[in-house]
Amino acid sequence: MSTNNRPLSPHLDVYRLPLTAFVSVIHRGTGAALSVGTVALVWWLIALAGGEESFNTAQQLLGSIIGQLVLLGWTFSLFIHLANGIRHLIWDSGYGFEKDQVTKSTFIVIGVAFVLTASVWACAYAFGTGV
Amino acid sequence: MNFRSPLGEAKGLGSAHDGLHHWWAQRVTAIALIPLTIWFAFKVAILSMSDYQTVAECIGSPWSAALIVSLIVAAFYHAALGMQVIYEDYISKKAVRIVAVMGTNLVLFLLGAAGVIAVIRIAVGG
Repeated sequence: MSTNNRPLSPHLDVYRLPLTAFVSVIHRGTGAALSVGTVALVWWLIALAGGEESFNTAQQLLGSIIGQLVLLGWTFSLFIHLANGIRHLIWDSGYGFEKDQVTKSTFIVIGVAFVLTASVWACAYAFGTGV
Repeated sequence: MNFRSPLGEAKGLGSAHDGLHHWWAQRVTAIALIPLTIWFAFKVAILSMSDYQTVAECIGSPWSAALIVSLIVAAFYHAALGMQVIYEDYISKKAVRIVAVMGTNLVLFLLGAAGVIAVIRIAVGG
C-alpha cells in the first residue's frame, strides 16, 4: 500500500487563511451558532404566548445592552450564513468556481450580510424610540 | 480512476447509500429559509418597539402564524441536518457521534415543537 506520495494540505499553523477560506469556516461557525440561537427564538415566542407580563420581561431583556449585542451578533450570523448559503446553492448548480469569481463572490457575500444587517437594525430603530 | 485506499477497499467502507436525501433536504430547506428568514427578521425589527397587543395580533394573524410555523419546521430540520454533518466530520468515535447526532435531533425537535405550539397559542389568542 503506497500512500506516502499523496499531496499534503497546507499546514494550518503556518498557513495564513485566505479570506475565501475564512468565510468557508465562518459558514460552519455561524451555522452552529444559529442552531444554538434557535433557543432564543423559541424563548421569545413562548414569552409572547405567555401573555403581556412575560412578553414585557422578554422585551426588556432583549432591549438591554447585552440583549442588543446578542441580537446584533445573531442577525449578522444569520445574514452571513444566508448570503454564503445562496453562494453555495449557486456552486451546487455548477457556477462560479473560477478563482477570480470566488474572490469576487466572497466580497459580495460579506457586503450583502452587512447591508441586510444594517437594514434590519435601521428598521428596528426607525419605528419608535426606546423599548 | 479509483480514489479509495486498498485498506478502504478491503474493509468495505464507503457509501452508506442514504446521503442523497440528506443533501437534498438540506438544499430544499435552505431555499425555503431564504424568503422566510428575511421576512421574519424585518417583521420582528418593525415590531421591536410595539406593545404586547400589537405584536400578538401581528404574529398571530393566520398568514403570519402559518409562515412562522413553516419557518420553524424548515429551520429546525435544516439545523439538525447541518449539525449532523459537523459531528460526522469532527467526532471520530462512533458511539459518541451517534449520541451527539441523536441528542441534537431530540433537543431540536423538542424546541421546534415548543415553538410551533407557542405560535398556535398566539394565533388562537390563548
